[in-house]
Amino acid sequence: MSQPLTLRRLTRNVGTEAGLLLIGIPILLWTLIPIYHMFLFAISPKDAAFSGQLWPAHPTLRNFGIVFNQEHHFLYHFWLQMWNSIAIAVATAVLTLMVATMAAFAISRLRMKGGRLVMNLALFTYFIPAAFLAVPMYKTMGMYGLLNNDLALILAMVTIASPYAIWILRQASDKLPVELDEAALIDGASPWQLFRMVYIPLMVPSLIAVGTYALLLAWNEYLYAFLLLSKETTLTLPVALGNFLSADDSPWELLMTAGFIYALPPAAIYYAFRRYMSSGLTAGAVKG
Amino acid sequence: MTTTTIETTAVRPPRTGFALSQKQVWGLLFVAPYIAIFMAFVVFPVGYAFWLARDPQLYVELVHDPIFLRTAINTLVFLIVAINVKMVIALFVSGFFTNKRWWVKILSVLFVLPWAVPSIPTILSMRFMLNPEWGVINQLIFTLTTEDGPNWLNDPTLALALSMVVHIWKSLPFWTLILLAGRLAIPHELYEAASVDGAGSWHRFAYITWPSISTLYVTCTLLSMIFTVGDFNSVYLLTGGGPADLTHVLSTLGIRYLRLDQVGLAMASIVCCLPFVLPLVFFMMKRLSK
Repeated sequence: MSQPLTLRRLTRNVGTEAGLLLIGIPILLWTLIPIYHMFLFAISPKDAAFSGQLWPAHPTLRNFGIVFNQEHHFLYHFWLQMWNSIAIAVATAVLTLMVATMAAFAISRLRMKGGRLVMNLALFTYFIPAAFLAVPMYKTMGMYGLLNNDLALILAMVTIASPYAIWILRQASDKLPVELDEAALIDGASPWQLFRMVYIPLMVPSLIAVGTYALLLAWNEYLYAFLLLSKETTLTLPVALGNFLSADDSPWELLMTAGFIYALPPAAIYYAFRRYMSSGLTAGAVKG
Repeated sequence: MTTTTIETTAVRPPRTGFALSQKQVWGLLFVAPYIAIFMAFVVFPVGYAFWLARDPQLYVELVHDPIFLRTAINTLVFLIVAINVKMVIALFVSGFFTNKRWWVKILSVLFVLPWAVPSIPTILSMRFMLNPEWGVINQLIFTLTTEDGPNWLNDPTLALALSMVVHIWKSLPFWTLILLAGRLAIPHELYEAASVDGAGSWHRFAYITWPSISTLYVTCTLLSMIFTVGDFNSVYLLTGGGPADLTHVLSTLGIRYLRLDQVGLAMASIVCCLPFVLPLVFFMMKRLSK
């Protein structure tokens, strides 16, 4: 503004700036220290990792080499377990999208009788704490003969992810104009054609949000994976990492390296789809 | 199956109800996959769980288990302390993130990392930071004071408090983002008008921000409470319920009983919790399914 920068205004500006920094710096440290600590271990030689330096004297990528070449007995199945994680996360995302989109379409667009009841049941499932369902789910999977089968984890994750997915998708599809459906139906489109040719294309942003949500949920899951899978070759990587803890002589630098590698894809996916995530997912929670 | 439906209805003279009933059939078909999953993996397991927990003797056994009582208290403390601390910080930090400065924007992007990355590597990283001999925290304490730091995870009170810190670290970004969205939805004119009237930042918060987002804040607090009852990772990966099973919360206790092959007790401990959780769940459903 045209007003000259008086000394008082200057000190006040400096004061605000300093105040903001005083909040910002602790937030930055609080957020990054555990992650940086992990990274520091990953690039430190075995013995130097414990020295407590801010940056290793001799940074190395050797730990990554050991992990990638599966050279430690904790990591003999690293790539297989990574593959299990990928397959389970992708399958969960695809199945959740199919199940939830169809259900949201039936409830919101076809206005099926009992749709409200289905929505409420789904919402109720969403609110049951995940750990409560874990023990019954474990017993049930045992009865279905699915324990130690990756399918068990996929089905469990779809069960947990779809309620929220249906809820978000229903809210998004309630916003589409009714005239669209009516026009398509008058033109002789069957509900299936309406679903495939009108509904899906219009829902793409919400579908990306929900797919990402389900993908990250399954990728990051520990409890269900640890209960439902126990055979070395069916494990997902988080469970394998958790197993490091059972030994006294755990190679912490390798654990941190593998963990760091495992943390990269979800962070990248989150940032890639952040635009969809924040509008799609927070919209649901903000309501009310 | 669908073709037969269409054929039989097609013979009848067309009437207005026809389109509707066909729509209903399609509706059922579309919702069938979810219903199937719901039946197989929610209704059946829950029913089975109640059946396993039917024996009254289990509850007598449970009440006589000192670990269960300790767990109930831990869970209550965890819920009340961790969530309120977290939500107050989230409220404060969300206000900070409404700033439009470039570095605040970058910080808000980084801030989401704890929520976006998997729990296991980060919680184990914190666990190692707390290691009494090699952990970076005690090394720092030793360099600064030349005295040994505490054995963090060997003290039940400290260990539970640190699990709460882990929980807050992990879930703070999510709630901050939601409160931030709530703050950004407040019309800017209100603040401009208040500035003209010479209102300070506290008055702006007390008379504009808080009245606008208090409902959201309460919703988030309750929602976070329900979710946190199911938070297994923060406690299990940091303390494993130890030392001496003194830091269990309900979610880890159920798994402990399961591991000890006492499935009945595991179910009973969850059933005991339902009178507290279900009213919250119904309240939330009423609030959110308008």
